[in-house]
Amino acid sequence: MIWLIAVLLFWLAAWAMNVWLANSKVAETKAIRIAVPVIFGVTLLVLWEGVVRGLNISPVILPAPSQIGATLMNSTDMLWVDFKQTVLKGALRGFAIGSLAAFITAVIIDRSRFLTRGLLPIGNFVAALPIVGIAPILVNWFGFDWQSKAAVVVVMVFFPILVNTVQGLSETDRMQRDLMRTYAAGYLQTLCKLRLPAAMPFIFNGLKISTTLALIGAIVAEYFGSPTRGMGFRISTGVGSLDIDLVWAEIAIAALAGTVFYGLVAWLEKRVTFWHPSQTG
Amino acid sequence: MSVPVVQAQGLTLTFQTNDGPVHALSDVNLDINKGEFVSFIGPSGCGKTTFLRVVADLEQPTGGIVTVNGMSAQEARLQRAYGYVFQAAGLYPWRTIGGNIRLPLEIMGYSKAQRNERVAKTLELVDLAGFEKKFPFQLSGGMQQRASIARALAFDADILLMDEPFGALDEIVRDHLNEQLLALWSKTEKTIAFVTHSIPEAVFLSTKIVVMSPRPGRVTDVIESPLPKVRPLEIRDTPEFLEIAHRVREGLRAGHSDE
Amino acid sequence: MRNVVPVLVVLSAIVGLWWAAVAPMNMRAALDVAERAKETVVPVGSVARRDISVFKLMANNHEHIASGYSLKRPRLPTPVQVGKEFWKTTGGMVAKGRAFSKRSLIYHGWITLQSTLWGFLLGTTIGILAAVAIVYSRVADMSLMPWAVISQTIPIVALAPMIIVLSNQVGIEDRIVPKAIIAAYLCYFPVLVSMVKGLRSPSSSELDLLKTYNAGGLQSFLKLRLPASVPYLFTALKVGIAAALVGTIVGELPTGAISGLGARILIGDQFGTPLAIWSALFAAALLAGVLVTLLDIAQRVTLHRMGFRS
Repeated sequence: MIWLIAVLLFWLAAWAMNVWLANSKVAETKAIRIAVPVIFGVTLLVLWEGVVRGLNISPVILPAPSQIGATLMNSTDMLWVDFKQTVLKGALRGFAIGSLAAFITAVIIDRSRFLTRGLLPIGNFVAALPIVGIAPILVNWFGFDWQSKAAVVVVMVFFPILVNTVQGLSETDRMQRDLMRTYAAGYLQTLCKLRLPAAMPFIFNGLKISTTLALIGAIVAEYFGSPTRGMGFRISTGVGSLDIDLVWAEIAIAALAGTVFYGLVAWLEKRVTFWHPSQTG
Repeated sequence: MSVPVVQAQGLTLTFQTNDGPVHALSDVNLDINKGEFVSFIGPSGCGKTTFLRVVADLEQPTGGIVTVNGMSAQEARLQRAYGYVFQAAGLYPWRTIGGNIRLPLEIMGYSKAQRNERVAKTLELVDLAGFEKKFPFQLSGGMQQRASIARALAFDADILLMDEPFGALDEIVRDHLNEQLLALWSKTEKTIAFVTHSIPEAVFLSTKIVVMSPRPGRVTDVIESPLPKVRPLEIRDTPEFLEIAHRVREGLRAGHSDE
Repeated sequence: MRNVVPVLVVLSAIVGLWWAAVAPMNMRAALDVAERAKETVVPVGSVARRDISVFKLMANNHEHIASGYSLKRPRLPTPVQVGKEFWKTTGGMVAKGRAFSKRSLIYHGWITLQSTLWGFLLGTTIGILAAVAIVYSRVADMSLMPWAVISQTIPIVALAPMIIVLSNQVGIEDRIVPKAIIAAYLCYFPVLVSMVKGLRSPSSSELDLLKTYNAGGLQSFLKLRLPASVPYLFTALKVGIAAALVGTIVGELPTGAISGLGARILIGDQFGTPLAIWSALFAAALLAGVLVTLLDIAQRVTLHRMGFRS
């Protein structure tokens, strides 16, 4: 009971603090912009911890954050092996291959109006499909190791990036194309100097969507067969053997990996498309 | 002495639209001589912009001949015979001002040293020295338009085609840019074709004013300006200026009355 | 409509490629089958064949290529095989009067559709409410928005088994709840982002106009912000329903579910019946297409009635 009341008080205090911070004069400073969501996140963790302790919830059902943290610290070696297998080998390689393939395909089909008109609706449709479902087929084709995971990721990230790139390449206005024409610029010059830079905001949009898809694909594919390592493998076996705190530690790593990966792409986007109205504010 | 740079004979351009054919240009005959400043004025739909686009080979005529420097419009474009300034500045937002002026130079294969020299020179010419490293979104509209003029001046074209370049700017900025443009013209001795719908602007800038009228787009009057080459802003209050302005206005009205 | 011809051409090209790929993909399996049937195969023994490229095998055993198109357990089934299997488990079942038997994809599709729709409803509601909170409260904007973005960078599949374990322990036996939660998790974000954009889309002059009428907060919400956000909402709903379907299927894949399209894929994998996987995938694609199309029609009708130019 003490725990529950303490947690409730903490929650109210943190909320009041956030209200005060958000309405204060310094709300626009960077520090406050970071502090407010951080306080919110910490509140959620404290709430979780307090509820688990206050209601005496069994760690087999829901372990407390402190316990998950301890497990995480104790099994860093194993988590690192899993991280290497799933994120570095499966997700990142698949992401690199898939986005490069999508980019090259987009530039090629962009040369033909007919192909663009035919492929764009199909690509848009396929991008909305539950492609994860092909995971068992690809595991069957490419075996249990990271190659099949990368293959699933390739297929999953291909279409969002393809569609966004094709759309971005057609995004230049008539005046900009006329200008290149008055310079008697060739196809490649127009592509490199005008259309690719103009397409960058769109390409990054596709890349950002794909970062999460890459991790999802790599983890799901491991549910259908993997060597005895990998985050998906550890999660599915952990659920079976009731190592729930380990499963949560893997989830924490997956969440962190996903956020960092997304953050890196978003940071790169900011550097490349600093000129775009969405970035200049 | 007068060498024709642009020659149009019986130039006709008809667009096919869903509402039937639109006669954007109908039998236009016109010479633009070397070193002239020619303004095209008329209500919208009179074909002034279309004429400029045909000269620039951005539009194909359906009849008649146009030559630029004695070549076909396409040959002239491939030889980069002209610089084109559009209604909006149209600077590439991801390039600095210097980078934008460097763009045509990169495409046309100028050496690095030449590029740097020309960028510096043209920035000086349009009074933007010191802004080379700025990005377009950091500049005002008038400065962006000056940068786009610099971009058109950067390479060796002796023809400058300008399509209502100051149309979107306010009166004060416009006056200022008009003065600068005149100074630039006398310094560089380029041939300029300038589309506008402002009578004072046309009269103030031009040695020759082409009055056009719509449906079908055609030339109704060509006025040779007697004003001296050096013109302070105050010239707009002289009787000579007002007389030409009056004649342009009459020409525009005549074009309207036969609707 | 002008895209119909190119789309059909590209589609037939894809089917053609698929068809052509069946031969090399199934060559080894076809040879194994032929060998077991005591037919002559070069070289003898699947181990001996492992190091030879498929194309060489195809050249040496071209009389067996055709049998790759009618394998019972193909690595890559032909489009016709998938079509037949799909028909057998949908239309064929209806003809037998067993549309909702456990072997019918209509039954499994219905299970998946239910979770999808519940998740969609839940996700859309959360998304809209959160968007309203974010637009009207600075605290909500500053504390929720970053976490909404982060929530989408977390691979939900990692969480899916835990959501199911948790809801089981809490005493929820019905599988529909955890699946709907996962679906809602993927679905709420596009709705939230679009609605924030939509509710903020009225210009300051439009808002000022209402101020001159001394309109209250609720009035300006109902008369200006909400109607202005409708086009944004529909765009988000189309993304959201597709995301909800993905979420449901992800929820069915790794968790030992026995009904639903995702479970069919799982079971097809466990029992080594690739045709079942392919036809379940086809059914999922069809379901996604139908759902998005329905929302697209609703969007056109609504926006047309509201006087938006589409």
